[in-house]
Amino acid sequence: MARSAIYLCCLLLALLSLPARAALDASQLSKLAADDNDAKVAVVKYLASHPSPEAEAVLSAMDNDALYQNQGHLLIVRDDQAIDAATLQPLGPVPDSAESIIVNNRLRGAVQGALSAFKLFSSDLTTRLGAARDVKQDPRPEQLPLIQQALVKETNAEIRQDLLLAQASIQIASTNEAERLAAVKILGATNNPEVRTKLADMLIQNNGQYNEASPVVRAAAQQALKSIDLRVSLARAAASLFSGLSLGSVLLLAALGLAITYGVMGVINMAHGELLMVGAYATYFVQGWFKTHLPQHFDWYVLAALPIAFLAAAGVGMVMERLVIRRLYGRPLETLLATWGISLILIQLARVSFGAQNVDVANPGWLSGGIEIIQDVVLPWNRIIILGFSIAVLVFMSFLLSRTRLGLFMRAVTQNRAMAGALGVPTGRVDTLAFGLGAGIAGLGGVALSQISNVGPDMGQGYIVDSFMVVVLGGVGQIAGTVYAALGLGIVNKLLESWSGAVIAKIVVLVFIILFIQKRPQGLFALKGRSVD
Amino acid sequence: MTTSYRYFSKSVWLAMGVLAVGLLIVLPILHLGVDKHSSMYVSSYAITLIGKIMCYAIVALAMDLVWGYAGILSLGHGVFFALGGYAFGMYLMRGIGQDGVYHASVPDFMVFLDWKTLPWFWQGTEHFAYSLLLVILVPGLLALMFGFFAFRSRIKGVYLSIITQALTFAAMLLFFRNETGFGGNNGFTDFKRVLGYSITAPETRVAIYMLTGLVLLGALLLGRYIVTSKYGRVLAAIRDAESRVMFCGYNPVSYKLFIWTLSAVLCGIAGALYVPQVGIINPSEMAPANSIEIAIWTAVGGRATLIGPILGAVLVNAAKSYFTVSFPNYWLFFLGAIFIVVTLYLPHGLMGLLSALRRKLSGAWK
Repeated sequence: MARSAIYLCCLLLALLSLPARAALDASQLSKLAADDNDAKVAVVKYLASHPSPEAEAVLSAMDNDALYQNQGHLLIVRDDQAIDAATLQPLGPVPDSAESIIVNNRLRGAVQGALSAFKLFSSDLTTRLGAARDVKQDPRPEQLPLIQQALVKETNAEIRQDLLLAQASIQIASTNEAERLAAVKILGATNNPEVRTKLADMLIQNNGQYNEASPVVRAAAQQALKSIDLRVSLARAAASLFSGLSLGSVLLLAALGLAITYGVMGVINMAHGELLMVGAYATYFVQGWFKTHLPQHFDWYVLAALPIAFLAAAGVGMVMERLVIRRLYGRPLETLLATWGISLILIQLARVSFGAQNVDVANPGWLSGGIEIIQDVVLPWNRIIILGFSIAVLVFMSFLLSRTRLGLFMRAVTQNRAMAGALGVPTGRVDTLAFGLGAGIAGLGGVALSQISNVGPDMGQGYIVDSFMVVVLGGVGQIAGTVYAALGLGIVNKLLESWSGAVIAKIVVLVFIILFIQKRPQGLFALKGRSVD
Repeated sequence: MTTSYRYFSKSVWLAMGVLAVGLLIVLPILHLGVDKHSSMYVSSYAITLIGKIMCYAIVALAMDLVWGYAGILSLGHGVFFALGGYAFGMYLMRGIGQDGVYHASVPDFMVFLDWKTLPWFWQGTEHFAYSLLLVILVPGLLALMFGFFAFRSRIKGVYLSIITQALTFAAMLLFFRNETGFGGNNGFTDFKRVLGYSITAPETRVAIYMLTGLVLLGALLLGRYIVTSKYGRVLAAIRDAESRVMFCGYNPVSYKLFIWTLSAVLCGIAGALYVPQVGIINPSEMAPANSIEIAIWTAVGGRATLIGPILGAVLVNAAKSYFTVSFPNYWLFFLGAIFIVVTLYLPHGLMGLLSALRRKLSGAWK
């Protein structure tokens, strides 16, 4: 009983002595004046483990190259006035004989690491949170006293959690079994790969001896590893599902226009990829206009680009339909060749007017960055927004097709051209408008693509095979089929990619489609009814 | 397509004879036997260019057999051409022996990949006869397999075109990979010798050139034999009304499959002749754009005429050589315009135009 009381007293004393030890040990400090870099790093570690205003002042002076020595005595220079480094007492003007203390890169790294830990005591919540993140990412043993001291005062739950993890990551190497056990139990909540390695290390047998002697700690480590692995693999799976959805949404944007021109009208448009390119260049054009005329609203240029890209691509499409495609209805193979010719001309036009190089389309602020679900797994905002955008375009298109007069006419012309004409539907104009709509949707796709990939004359060529695959797989004349096919292909492609590499994944998907078409030439979703050639 | 066409009129036979003599006998003599500074000298550039175009003409002819006579528009014939080229290219690569940059026993690109021994599919490629066998078998088997699945499930028209495009696209991606073992991006180049003769020697060049001309001539005669035979008539009937032919008791699958495979083999042979003349083969030959260009050669000349596609391949490629040197910026405009003009205004190509002109003239005489 008496013994524990003594312990308690000692503990109290120790706690009290922390803030009491205000002035720094001058003999330690004076080592900074020497030329020995190892010694200097040791001093920085000493400072980091003795948190006090003086230590922070010395460290930040080192970081700013404001630490001087005058005959072995350390000075901090602030506004041309010297301050004693150990006591922070002003000493008057800087003596002429003072020399700057050289901080090399290794030392600077150590200094900055120590300083970041000092931010744990800042009064600003976000600074503290940032500092806690930093120590959690890269915990160093010399920071342990600081972290423990910060834990005593810290009230914010999020920061406490980060600090506890950091403390545990350090204490996992402790010689005290109870400390190790506590640390391992906490570490089940970390995602830090280095910590995971340390935990796994404990379970390795060396000459019949486990690296971790205590079976209790080993069991806890096993448990912690399991929970880390589960969480990481879940996050990875979510990320690869997301990138599949994202690829699917891009394919969907590229293929939705085709679903109208090919799927509904039966026109093979090999220049479809180039209509995407027209949309992307329209975005580039609008970006340039915003830069010179409305630089203060630059962030919103993408929204302004949407209608312009739609109209530009729709215009090109309608001209194509009037001049060429119109004369080739009912001759699909010839349409294919003629539209390929158009695509060559459009590519060369882009090359002549904008140069053969890719042009630079910047992401506005709200499209950059992303959400980090766990360390190193980020869902970028531009992909998330494009996913939403493709859904919006889909809704817009199905609204047009099912709820407007134009959509009604389009469906009527597709189902029975002669009858629709007899009832007074201007079939020729409906064809032009429908083709324009398909082209315009490709233009919208181009705006989205400009935000995630290169904008250049050849950009459309890469999408043409993929988007035809989507339409073929989805089934002709089926918007719903296109949607499922695009998302399905995107996800399958990405899942295969993580398992076999990008090229093999693509080849496997193409081969799969070729085989699939064998079984169901009409696609996933076929129109019911008979078609006799 | 109801153009009834006599294969061929007397004047066509005569023109073919004159051309064959001129290209296969006179030109080689002017290249080998005339002094370099003489105005009669035919440069090695010209020989290589004409040889290359003759390879393309074989491909256009092969395309005509499937598109013109069986109605199958392939947008993937480039893959067969390139496979033939790669098959023979393997032999040429082995012919380099240890004279490569690294003086290794494996081709230079394998040294890059740190491969010490040849992969299994390179075994035996040092034998000329075996590589010739590969030139025929590889494109032929791929075509046979692909065609069997495609025709059996009655895929035709635009669907088939798009799937053949996907086929060549997939093959291109595969060959772009270094690990596939065909030199990746750079493909095969830097050949030294064929059958022991230096590949850059004028005599070797002329020999391959003459061989190409003979193969072209042979392919033309074979094509004529096929399309005038009973088999050719059934094929044309399948093209025009597949269901009816089927109801008459024929099985279109085997008819289509034969001509499709033959066409692929012809492309493979053309590719094998192309590689030693041009000195390089790489995966860009399998780019979808190249395959579509083959279709336009055929369309320019006129489908289902045999002579027409050869004419188209010559004209389009001569124009390409001219434009890409003199007006590089306008070549794609010109090519694009050809695609549009031919499909809109010349559905029967130049041959159709010629026969229409002749009809008009003879009508004026009467």
